[in-house]
Order: sequence, then C-alpha cells, then structure tokens
Amino acid sequence: MKVIKEKHPLVMRWTHWVNFPILAIMIWSGMLIYWANDEYSITLFGHTYVRFFPDWYYQWLHIPQRLAEGMAFHFLFMWFFALNGFFYVLYTIISGEWRQLVPNRHSFKEAWLVLLHDLHIRKTAPPQDKYNAAQRIAYTAIIIMGVGSLITGLAIYKPVQFNWLCWLCGGYHLARIWHFVLTIGYVLFFLVHVVQVILAGWNNFRSVISGFEVVNEQPQPVVENNSNEDEKV
Amino acid sequence: MKKSKTELTTEQKIKRRNFISFTIFGAYAAAAYGGWRWLYKSPDETPGITAGAHQPLRKALNKTELFFRRLTFNENHLVKTYPREMAAKKIRHNSDIGSEGKLPPENWKLQVKKANGETLQITLDELMKLPKTEITYDFKCVEGWDQISHWEGVSFRDFMKHYQLDAEANMGYVGLETPDKQYYVGIDMPSAIHPQTLLAYQMNDELLNGNHGQPLRLIIPVKYGIKNLKRIGTITFSNSRPRDYWAEQGYDYYSGL
Repeated sequence: MKVIKEKHPLVMRWTHWVNFPILAIMIWSGMLIYWANDEYSITLFGHTYVRFFPDWYYQWLHIPQRLAEGMAFHFLFMWFFALNGFFYVLYTIISGEWRQLVPNRHSFKEAWLVLLHDLHIRKTAPPQDKYNAAQRIAYTAIIIMGVGSLITGLAIYKPVQFNWLCWLCGGYHLARIWHFVLTIGYVLFFLVHVVQVILAGWNNFRSVISGFEVVNEQPQPVVENNSNEDEKV
Repeated sequence: MKKSKTELTTEQKIKRRNFISFTIFGAYAAAAYGGWRWLYKSPDETPGITAGAHQPLRKALNKTELFFRRLTFNENHLVKTYPREMAAKKIRHNSDIGSEGKLPPENWKLQVKKANGETLQITLDELMKLPKTEITYDFKCVEGWDQISHWEGVSFRDFMKHYQLDAEANMGYVGLETPDKQYYVGIDMPSAIHPQTLLAYQMNDELLNGNHGQPLRLIIPVKYGIKNLKRIGTITFSNSRPRDYWAEQGYDYYSGL
C-alpha cells in the first residue's frame, strides 16, 4: 500500500534551493576576483599537477579582466549567502531538526560502512534514521564550511578592521588560501552530491521539492503480544 | 449536485502535492533566472564620481561599504606592523600612471589648496623637517597580492597640524592628484587622518625613485594599494567625494581594509 511519508520541512527545501544559485554566483564572482592574482597550484616535489586555473579554462568562462565586476557581485551576494545560511541554521536549531543532522557517536564508524556499501563492497548498510551516517557528516560539514567561508571571507575583506579574524585564520595569506580551498570543497561536494541524488532516484529527489516520499507499507499483521509494555513500534 | 467532501485517495494526494510543489518550484526557478538576467544585463551607472559598474551593483557596493565603515571603522584599529628586517628589499612595482619617469625634488612643490582659496607651496625639504614617522606593514593590492614594505615620511595628521589645516580637517574628504592629473584619488577624512597614514618620501633607506612615486607619495595602510597615490602634485579638501581613478573603472570608492 502506498503511503505518503513526510521527509523534508519547507524551510529546508527553500533554503536549499535558494542557496544553490547564490553559491554558484559566489563561486563564479570569486573566480573573477581570484584571476587577478591566480597564484595557487598543487605542486609536489617540483612538479605542478594542477594549476588554478589553466588559460583555456579562463577563456572558456570569460574570466579575465573582470576584477571590479567580480568584487561588485561578490559583495552583494555575500549578504544573501550569509542570511540564507543563518536562517537555515537557526531553523534547524529551533525545530530540533539538528538531531537528525549532527553526527552522533556512532556516525564516524558507520559512515565507513555506508561508504563501503555505496561502493558495492559491502552488501548491507547500517540502519539509519532520516539521514545515514555519511550524510550526517557531509551535511554538517558543509554548514561548518559555510561558516568558514564567511569567516575567511571577512578576514580578507577587512583585514584591518577584523584583524582578530585574520589572526584566527592564520594571517592574510592563509585566510585567502582557506577561502579558496573551501570553494574547491563545495565543488567536490556538489559532484558527489549530484551523483548520489541521481543514484538515489526520483522519490528521493522529489522529497527536496515536494517534501514527502512515497513508501510501500506492508499491511501490519496483528501480532499476539503477551507483554503490554512494549507497544511502541 | 452537491457532493459531500470525500477523503482524497493517497494517489490523489500525491498528485496534488506534486503539482503544487513543482509549480511553485518552477515559478521560483523562472523568477531566479529572470532576476539574474535582469541584474546581469542592468545598465551601467551614469558616469560621475564613480562609473563602470552596473547601477544596482554600485548602489549595493556603496551601501555595503557604509555598513562596514559604520560597523567597524575605528582609528584605534591599527594596521599590524612588522619588524623592519621583514620588509622587502625590492618593492613590487605595479603601475605608474601619472608618475612615469623621474621628478627630482628640486623641480617639485606640493600644492595644498586650502578652504579659504589660498594655496600652500611646500618643498620636500620643508616636509623632511617635520617629525618623521616610519611604518613596516603589509601593503595590500586589490588584485590580491601583498608585500611587507617599509616607508618613512610625515604622518598626514602631523602634516595637517603643522600647516594648521584645522578647517580642512573638518571637511569630509581629501583629494590627491598627480602633477599631470593622470592619476587621482579621493580619501575620506577619517582614513586620511588615521595615525598610520603617511606622506612618504622614503622607502627602505632611499628617497623614493621614479617607479615609486618620486618625490612624495601617499601611504595609507587602511586602504588598498589603488588609493596609495604615487607622486602627489596637489592636495585639495572637500565635502563631496573627489574624483577617483579606479572608482571610475567600476571599483568601490571606499576601498578600505
């Protein structure tokens, strides 16, 4: 029998879909800014593996010579990014949703089992609530990363007035590096996230728009039960 | 025919809720896309003191800067200083618009236009007799690079005091221009009289050379490098924003750190 099972609250769905284009704009405008001093690369033992970013990439996305424009966009959309994130966190705390989200003491061990299961190495996944252990870690980490982007961003934006933030980030250089690394983190998160959503299928995807999932529930057989105390299912 | 309300079947409920949610979602996506196109295609501001930015973005920049200025700017917030040994020996040179080539001090006088219409003509020797202030700090460029460098000169505060520019200190802005008027900046008064703002004539142990704004330049650590005008020709005071080279090219007018 088909049954509607409520899954995602309205606020979670809205903040999720509001965040998506805002983060995209922040990443894009951030690249316009980064281009003006694009000094980062992954270099090990004198060999450069990745240069952020190759010329073809800049040309492809029309990034060069747009520093002022990038700053103007970045310093407008930072407000929406921060407010939307703040609202989500506030809601999560007040509604008690955080209990479903924040990793508990089993999560780190279980996340490993989830990973093995997702990679088809292990047949069973540990039992879960709304989110599995890997999701708990990922969705909490992404919020911490968001806070990190705000802090490192403020440290680079006003390094004199917020000199204590700059100090907290390990100085101006490190703040800029963290800010950049966090952004790479969002991109990686996004890639895994999209693959997982595709694999999870329509029912799961719909729940982030409609709020519910459809589950097939077996009609409950009436079971004779001698003990009346354990009636909670 | 009146029919009493019947319970929707689960199937109907699913359809109904899907329809409502996806319609709203579609409308939201369209509105977001439309809003973005509107902003992206919005016309540039009318060129004036600032220019080159999309009109709504310029408004946002100004508002945001004002917000942060009111929230955070405090002349007690000093820029971090470093031991002198940490200063770069070779100071990075990015641009010399308005300060190309050489201008020996003997061929130069600083013109200070006072509020009463009088113009002071000040030689470098006179400035060098005033109390000297030194600073070793991390110079920050709007492009994203920075460099620890050492500068010596007269603090703008001392300069204002010495020349009794009291009426001027009550005005809103200081305007600085190169002798050829090719480069120009506007600085809000609180930043100008910040204790670490210098009229610098020396970097490391040498008088400024051609590349770095010979003979006198502005060193204003609470601003990005674009505001640190090289080769000061004239100084003016006003209550409205003086013209500013990079603010005319889409950058924020305030550009404070």
